[in-house]
Amino acid sequence: MSAQELLALADDELILGWRNSEWTGIAPFLEEDVAFSSIAQTEIGHARAWYELAAEELGTDADALAFDRQPDEYRSARFVELRLVPDWAATIARHWLYETADAIRISDLKSSDDPRVAGLAEKIDREEIYHRMHADMWADRLRNEPRFAEALETLWPYALGMVDGAQRDRLCEGAGREPVTPIERGEHADELRPLWEEMTMVRRSIPGATW
Amino acid sequence: MIWEVFRQEREGLPFQHGGSLEAPNLVFAEAYAREFYGRRDESFALWIVPREAVDEVREPYVAEVFDRDYRRVDGYSLKVKLKEARERAGTAGAR
Repeated sequence: MSAQELLALADDELILGWRNSEWTGIAPFLEEDVAFSSIAQTEIGHARAWYELAAEELGTDADALAFDRQPDEYRSARFVELRLVPDWAATIARHWLYETADAIRISDLKSSDDPRVAGLAEKIDREEIYHRMHADMWADRLRNEPRFAEALETLWPYALGMVDGAQRDRLCEGAGREPVTPIERGEHADELRPLWEEMTMVRRSIPGATW
Repeated sequence: MIWEVFRQEREGLPFQHGGSLEAPNLVFAEAYAREFYGRRDESFALWIVPREAVDEVREPYVAEVFDRDYRRVDGYSLKVKLKEARERAGTAGAR
C-alpha cells in the first residue's frame, strides 16, 4: 500500500475526528456528548496509527504528517471536511454514511498483502464495532425524520467519493441507495482552510518545538 | 428516561451500583453504559435497569424493642482475642 493511500485514510480519520469533536460540550444531551466525543477521539487515534505507517515509508513522523503539511497537500475526501455543526441530523447522516463506507474499506484492508496494514485494520475494526453500533442506533431513531432523509440525500455523492472502484457498489448496497456521480477526492471543501488554521495553530506558533 | 447501571468488576463478584444515565430507550442506554462503564475494560458485565423497575424501601430498619445486643458484633475486638490466642499457642509474632 502506497504512502499516499495511507495518507488518504489517515487524513479522513483525522479530519472527521476533528469535525466530530466540534460537538464536544454542545451535543444534544450529556450522555451523547460523552459518547460522540469519545468516538471523535478514537478516530483521531486511528489517524495516528495510519500516519505512523505512512511516516515509516516517508521518513518522517505522525505529527509532521498530521500538522506540517499545507491544506492542499491533504488527501482527505470532501465528505469529511464539511462543517456540519450545529446540524445534528446532518452530523448523524454523515456519521452513519461514514461508518458504512469505512466498514467496507476496513474489511478490504484486513486482507491486505502488507501484514502491518492488515494487522492495524484488524485492531481498528474492533473499535469500529462500537462506532457502527452507535451510528446504527441513531440512524434507526432518525429514520422517519425529514431533516435526516434530506441530509442523507445531500451527503450521498460525497460519501461515495470516499471509497474507490468496486467498493462503491458495496456502499450502494450497504446504504440502500442508488448510485450517483461521486464527488471525488482531490478538490477540497472551502471549509478545510479554516479547519486547518485551527488544527495547526499551536504547532505553527513555535516551529520545531517538542511537546 | 433514567436507567440505573450496575457493574460487575470481575466474573463471580457481586454487581454493584455504578451510576445512572439518561437515554430514550434500552438500545441507547446500552450504548452509553458501554461507553461509561466498559470503555476502559473496567467491567466484566453490566446490568441496565429502568429506574421505575427498582423498588425502593425507605428506612427498612425494624425497631429493636427487646434487648438483643448479643446479635451485634460492635465492640467485640477480634484483634485482641486473636493476640491472646496466639500467645497461648506460643505463636505470637510468627506471621
